[in-house]
Amino acid sequence: MLNWLRRPKYESIDRRDVPAGLWTKCPKCRAVVYAKELERNLKVCPKCGFHHRLTAEERLAITLDEGTFEEADAALASGDPLRFDGYREKLSEARVATGNADAIITGTGVIDGFRTAVGALDFPFMGGSMGSVVGEKVARVAERARDARLPLILFSASGGARMQEGALSLMQLAKTSAAVAQLHDARLPFLSVMCDPTTGGVTASFAFLGDVIVAEPGALIGFAGRRVIEQTIRRKLPDNFQTAEFCLEHGLIDAVVPRPEMRPALGRLLRFFGAPRAARPSTPVAPSDAALSGATPSGAGLQPPPPDPVVSEGV
Amino acid sequence: MAVPLPDRNREAEARAAELESRLTEVQTEIGALRRRAEKDRLDFGVQISALEARADQLNEALLNLKTGWQAVALARHPQRPKAQDFIAGLLDDFTELRGDRAFRDDPAIVAGLGWFEDRPVVAVAPRKGKDTRENIAYNFGMPYPEGYRKALRVMKLAEKFGYPVISVVDTPAAYPGDAAEERGQAEAIARNIEEMTRLGVPVVVVITGEGGSGGALAIAVGDVVLMLENAIYTVIPPEGCAAILWRDASRAREAAAALRLGAADLVALGIVDEIIPEPRGGAHLDPAVTTEAVRAALRRHLERLSAVPADDLRRQRYTKYRRMGYYEERV
Repeated sequence: MLNWLRRPKYESIDRRDVPAGLWTKCPKCRAVVYAKELERNLKVCPKCGFHHRLTAEERLAITLDEGTFEEADAALASGDPLRFDGYREKLSEARVATGNADAIITGTGVIDGFRTAVGALDFPFMGGSMGSVVGEKVARVAERARDARLPLILFSASGGARMQEGALSLMQLAKTSAAVAQLHDARLPFLSVMCDPTTGGVTASFAFLGDVIVAEPGALIGFAGRRVIEQTIRRKLPDNFQTAEFCLEHGLIDAVVPRPEMRPALGRLLRFFGAPRAARPSTPVAPSDAALSGATPSGAGLQPPPPDPVVSEGV
Repeated sequence: MAVPLPDRNREAEARAAELESRLTEVQTEIGALRRRAEKDRLDFGVQISALEARADQLNEALLNLKTGWQAVALARHPQRPKAQDFIAGLLDDFTELRGDRAFRDDPAIVAGLGWFEDRPVVAVAPRKGKDTRENIAYNFGMPYPEGYRKALRVMKLAEKFGYPVISVVDTPAAYPGDAAEERGQAEAIARNIEEMTRLGVPVVVVITGEGGSGGALAIAVGDVVLMLENAIYTVIPPEGCAAILWRDASRAREAAAALRLGAADLVALGIVDEIIPEPRGGAHLDPAVTTEAVRAALRRHLERLSAVPADDLRRQRYTKYRRMGYYEERV
């Protein structure tokens, strides 16, 4: 954890130079890019390829086939179980700033014609930190995938466990790991996509438990924070330390996939693992494709929605 | 689901802070008198005895307050019995098993076989040192990924033979170093947590000192989680929490209170099942009595859990962790 107060660098750009948000300065190459062009390019710098961070909504919008997302558990909101000074205020600020109830959006949708359960962590909401709500929603979306026989894809962008919920946040590591273990037992694919940044408790639980783990270029991925490590080993770390490319080189992840290639890459994986096809694929699928896939025939994935997982198991 | 904790007892926190600063003053005074007595060959015996009596009084008053910070101090006490001491005290014929079969043997984790009374068991525990030399050898009880992988290997061995696992937890954290990151510290912790949620044998966890975040949880997922009275279990060390919240690590005392890291709060939150009492003043004052208290609790839980079929264990453990958390559902 610990990384979540480190704000994305591009927020510190002097706003006076960027009238009305028409132009955005790339934090990596300093190129000034027309904001609309950046949007069109999926927020990847057209000059140097720097991947700007995305909100959870943006992530789902660029990944899922249009109009296919059905959100679940939107009503879950954090309480303040420890009565931690300032937590309620931080929560309401984050709710106002992001329009979200907490740091994750989950549900079901279609990627390149394949149905899947999906979740995306929202870094702008308290650094995408995992407290009880994030843990519960990950567990519910995994259970929903299990019950509906759907694959699960989780996009991580998080500084780690949420300090303000103390050891309850730590227990979300166990809860989410237990939930994705159910998918492994049920032989359902779980794909983990690590975005910038994926650190702390999220890495030490579901994010590193994917059957396939892919990351976006340049994403910060690691357990301990850079400063803590530097203080511990009393040495400066190289610039590429804990990047997606560093993790790939050290055998920790399967691939680094640039943002424009992410959706087709996930589609290929879903097809390989036999994900159910949506009744009416929103992207045309060549007949040979369907024949080769060996996947369930068109429409078979659309089972009735599973009953709500056990939610009211009060202690 | 957990229920929210009641408000902190800020009066007790303030009173404890005051008592501690007075205690420090008295101890400084005692030290000064002792040095003067030696230097000037004078007898301050009477004054020193009076001050010592005063220090005892302050200590006694402090013990009644039970603040988070006090638990932090006791959990980290240099004389506190180490996890490996508990293993040695609880098990007969302990046989250490070493290495992760992939990279190296991590001395910060001890794992092996032993007899708990008439029962063969597998035990895992981090190792802290009793002096600087040992602490350096054991990396201050902070495991590398290979330590967690060794622990998992031995726990899988327990599963193969149907032996229960006893995990004794006292670690400040998983080691935050570059080599640990390169070898997949996060993956190692995640894998252990996942596997422990579905291990088909009883797992009893005893947190005896520091339960330091993910590094502790990597060996602390169990059917029953017991905790010594003055142990702590936290998502972040109080110093780190203070550094983030107030950019001031010296406000750790406040952070310790805010994090609710003591045994009683953790029981109230549904994270810990049972508190094992310590001798008044802390486990270090009577390690043998403490070990026997741990033994009694272990015996009771192992007897009960041994009768539960593996599938039921897995299901119950899933439900146990599935329920942890606190949130509101707005309609």
